Amino acid sequence: MKPISRPLLYAGLLVLLVILSGISLIAGKVWVPFSAWTQTDIDPRWAIVFELRLPRTVLGILVGAALGLSGAVLQGYTRNPLADPGVLGVSAMAALGAVLTLYYGVTAYAPWALPVAAISGALIGVAILMLLSGSASSLVTFILAGAILNILSSAGVSLALSLAPNPWAVNEIVDWLMGSLADRSFEEVKMALPLIAIGCGLLLTTGRALDALTLGEIGARSLGISMSKTRWVLALGVGLAAGASVAVTGVIGFVGLVTPHLLRPLVGARPGALLVPSILGGAVIVLAGDILVRMTPAAGEVKLGVAMAALGAPFFLVLLLRLRRKIA
Amino acid sequence: MSVLSCTDLNVHIGGKAILSAVSLSIEAGQVTAVVGPNGAGKSTLLACLAGLREPTSGGTLLDSVPLSGMKSRDRAKRLAFLPQTPEIAWAVEARTLVELGRTPFIGARGQSEEDHTAVDRAMAAANVIAFEHRIVDTLSGGERARVLIARALAGEPEWLLADEPLTGLDPAHQLDAASLFRRLADDGVGMVVTLHDLSMALRMSDRIIVLAEGGVLADEPPATALSPEVLRRAYGVEATLTQGPGGPLIDVICRVPLPR
Repeated sequence: MKPISRPLLYAGLLVLLVILSGISLIAGKVWVPFSAWTQTDIDPRWAIVFELRLPRTVLGILVGAALGLSGAVLQGYTRNPLADPGVLGVSAMAALGAVLTLYYGVTAYAPWALPVAAISGALIGVAILMLLSGSASSLVTFILAGAILNILSSAGVSLALSLAPNPWAVNEIVDWLMGSLADRSFEEVKMALPLIAIGCGLLLTTGRALDALTLGEIGARSLGISMSKTRWVLALGVGLAAGASVAVTGVIGFVGLVTPHLLRPLVGARPGALLVPSILGGAVIVLAGDILVRMTPAAGEVKLGVAMAALGAPFFLVLLLRLRRKIA
Repeated sequence: MSVLSCTDLNVHIGGKAILSAVSLSIEAGQVTAVVGPNGAGKSTLLACLAGLREPTSGGTLLDSVPLSGMKSRDRAKRLAFLPQTPEIAWAVEARTLVELGRTPFIGARGQSEEDHTAVDRAMAAANVIAFEHRIVDTLSGGERARVLIARALAGEPEWLLADEPLTGLDPAHQLDAASLFRRLADDGVGMVVTLHDLSMALRMSDRIIVLAEGGVLADEPPATALSPEVLRRAYGVEATLTQGPGGPLIDVICRVPLPR
């Protein structure tokens, strides 16, 4: 695929985003046509749009943006198209933090405890990742460190589940772990927006360093890039963006993996040029997934995290096969 | 003329001395070749001179200013480094790769007109304009090496430190690279290259530094640097300097036990 001009790419993604946001407000078990929006006094369906679907749509955009960008930055930093907050265990660590607050039931009287715990989990996750992979961060050490984090956090979650004090706690944990945008309110938006904005702001500053890293770590350093600064900005940015996302929606995998991968050929593979498109692309993918999930004919609702995993796993497989063919 | 120097440079890794008490003063406008057997510390020395490796003790000065005290961005503007095993992580266009050489100059506004012309000049100098828009993955080894040299030149550095830039090039491309380095030195750039091919070192350099076991064994003009005695002590080979039709030549005769 040939790279396309930047304005064209941005415009295309923005148009997609606007269209999907519109559909996201209209579509669902109850279809709300535009006519109902303006007649707020006679048509009660507007409440569905503004109280339920609007926060859901905004959250979808926020979470998609955060995950897409985190994936793009992590792939650029590790120089590996298989990296993303999910694969590297950052999301899982955030989930572990959140699950612990659910387990202890603190969320009932301290609702801020869950996001704080999720973000702490994510930050600890990235910090461990950086420490384990060390300054000579080869791909293998990075991926292994991610695998260790994933194992560690899933063991923690299993422990919390098996020791849960009552079935409601188990239910709550399992429900939350699956990842969903359903039944979210503006409370979640208010909580996630500033954190994701700061996280994304930090991550967007790494573009120059990520470009230079195309030449490897020594190449980047010879071009005047401070690796330690890059590492800290990246850790903080991914911790905040991915942690806050997990805090409001649970674990939604594969967005961070798929988004940069799909967009990379369109920007000529330059990692710095991939950042803003990945924000838009991530939002597009999450919104599209959420709309699909809402429209599936099922008694309940298919969880977004589950649907994403179902779509993402085959994608991951194809990616792996192609990578293997390239190496062979 | 710019001077790159180090005094009493020591590098220890895990208790082993890689470089011990190396003191050098290198002038710009010359091609300085660093030769020596495998494991002599050539790459380590070059990385220290480029300010990319913190020595155990001692340090590198660029015009009497310690590199370690300079802002890394300012250092990168003056001093380019070409690593031995260059990594190219993504399938970018050749031109995009060369543009990376402008990294220390690029501010928040992105590339300026000046950046574009510098990239053009670098690509012309390294003779890579023909495949400007090719993806680096599709280039041959020699073409890729030239693109990487163009990348290093794009910053229009005062110094170019290249770790084995001729390795993996065929004879024709070796000559091209050698004459490019000569032109750069004539333009006032300080060229420091590590080399394995001793005959090539004789022909392309103004000064040869022979490293062996972490120390400087010889540091002289090519005519005298590679004496049979130095070659015996550095490499453990019996060799003589002869005159071939194309210039001086090192003829390796046989192996001799290294003197301990």
